[in-house]
Amino acid sequence: MNGQASVLFDAPGPRARLRNNILTLLAAIAVAAVLYVIYARFAEKGQFDGQIWKPFADPFTWTEYIIPGLLGTLKAAGLGAVFALIFGAVFGLARLSDHRWIRVPAGAVVETFRAIPLLLLIFFLFYLAPSVLGGGDYTLIALVAGLTLYNGSVLAEVVRAGVRAVPRGQSEAAYAIGLRKNQVMRLVLLPQAVTAMMPAIVSQLVVLLKDTALGYIIAYVDLLNYGFKIIPAVNFGSLIPAAIVIGVIYVGLNMVLSALATWLEKRSRRSRKTTAGPIVPPGAVAVGDTVAAVD
Amino acid sequence: MNDLIKYAPDLLAGFLKNVQISLVCAVLSMILGTLLVAMRVSPTPVLRAVGTGYVNVVRNTPLTLVLAFAALGLSDTLGVSFSQEPSTNSFWLVVLGLSLYTATFVCEALRSGINTVPMGQAEAARAIGLTFFQSLRMIILPQAFRAVIAPLGSVMIAMIKNTTVAIAAGYLAESAFVMKDTFDDTGVSIPIFIGIVIAFMIVTLPIGFFTGWLANRLAVAR
Repeated sequence: MNGQASVLFDAPGPRARLRNNILTLLAAIAVAAVLYVIYARFAEKGQFDGQIWKPFADPFTWTEYIIPGLLGTLKAAGLGAVFALIFGAVFGLARLSDHRWIRVPAGAVVETFRAIPLLLLIFFLFYLAPSVLGGGDYTLIALVAGLTLYNGSVLAEVVRAGVRAVPRGQSEAAYAIGLRKNQVMRLVLLPQAVTAMMPAIVSQLVVLLKDTALGYIIAYVDLLNYGFKIIPAVNFGSLIPAAIVIGVIYVGLNMVLSALATWLEKRSRRSRKTTAGPIVPPGAVAVGDTVAAVD
Repeated sequence: MNDLIKYAPDLLAGFLKNVQISLVCAVLSMILGTLLVAMRVSPTPVLRAVGTGYVNVVRNTPLTLVLAFAALGLSDTLGVSFSQEPSTNSFWLVVLGLSLYTATFVCEALRSGINTVPMGQAEAARAIGLTFFQSLRMIILPQAFRAVIAPLGSVMIAMIKNTTVAIAAGYLAESAFVMKDTFDDTGVSIPIFIGIVIAFMIVTLPIGFFTGWLANRLAVAR
């Protein structure tokens, strides 16, 4: 943006350049001051002691705590993603049905689960499971079921928006050459819709991965649980280092997924395989090349 | 059904806490989000980098981690405290964590609004001699604001639903905790769950309808 015009700022002339340079200097000083305040607080509370960071140089901490925690998170996210995609495909297509008795109930299910706060749903399922299925450990089941119902409902909206984004001429042409209803959907609409909705699907999977951390609250043994409960309990005082390490892992995983969504978005924008542009489903925010699902 | 009637006062008190958190967070996250977007579109590289870095990191962090860190890290370990009273302290920790988190989405929603204004509008404004503040006030913001209503509505609805995660910051008064507490007493109760869900819908659905209606009404014809 610097040195060229944007919607907000014209290309800077000599005076504006000088002003920008002064602002840059002031901003750098302000940022350094804020960082110093944080640093001072950390130092005052002894957060830079080698002692509390040492466990993270030890392979044992990784093999015994962090990697099993990460696997717990990925297991919940993987299962949730698979079931949510199936749920989303089924209900998204059901909402597009020509039959009112399929369309209306499917719409009611999707709108309801989209509106329920996810944690309430997980708590409810967590308490419901033992009284229906008998005793046992239902943390994973409650978490995956909650993630499936909520994210599946959002994905159903993505599927519906994707199919609708294919121009009408495509299905009209397909009917005109004599294809049947399911052939039109299977051969013409879906292949084009999938390309258009890929970025939105991937950005919803970022939300799903982030929401696995809710398992911490029902004591599902995931990365957050190891980082905030188990590691600080074993290594006294290591809470902040543990939080920073697992935070970096979460942010890294999500940024990789987000980058994939951005790449898919660019690809689908210039793709000739589809007549539909990349879609922005209800409840998502699109800025430039990225679709960010709001959560 | 009897359980719902019996526990209704507790549940309502819990739900009102959710509403309280939502109201404070709505104001704070709008202010913070506006500051962030001002940084992200500024002509100052340092501010842009800080804004972009903050948004990308916080947006990709689970809210549960943010809130648990606010309580265990910020308050317990680093000694940041808002009040001697534990429940008041955790209330403000929830507000802090949720506002910091929601501000990133507010920022992205506002930025998407600015991005919808075509470059030609700004060029035309400069060509007729409008100053920076004139073109901002008369050309860019009126168009950007309209494109922002629907996404901001979604962000606020998500924020209201996220108030239930307050339990991760050790705030034990809002409806998710009250529901869990009640289930510990009575066992699972479907009417109680449905009651709380309906209470949330009463707040969130009108926001969705209103912002959707307003966005359609004010949409810029291009």
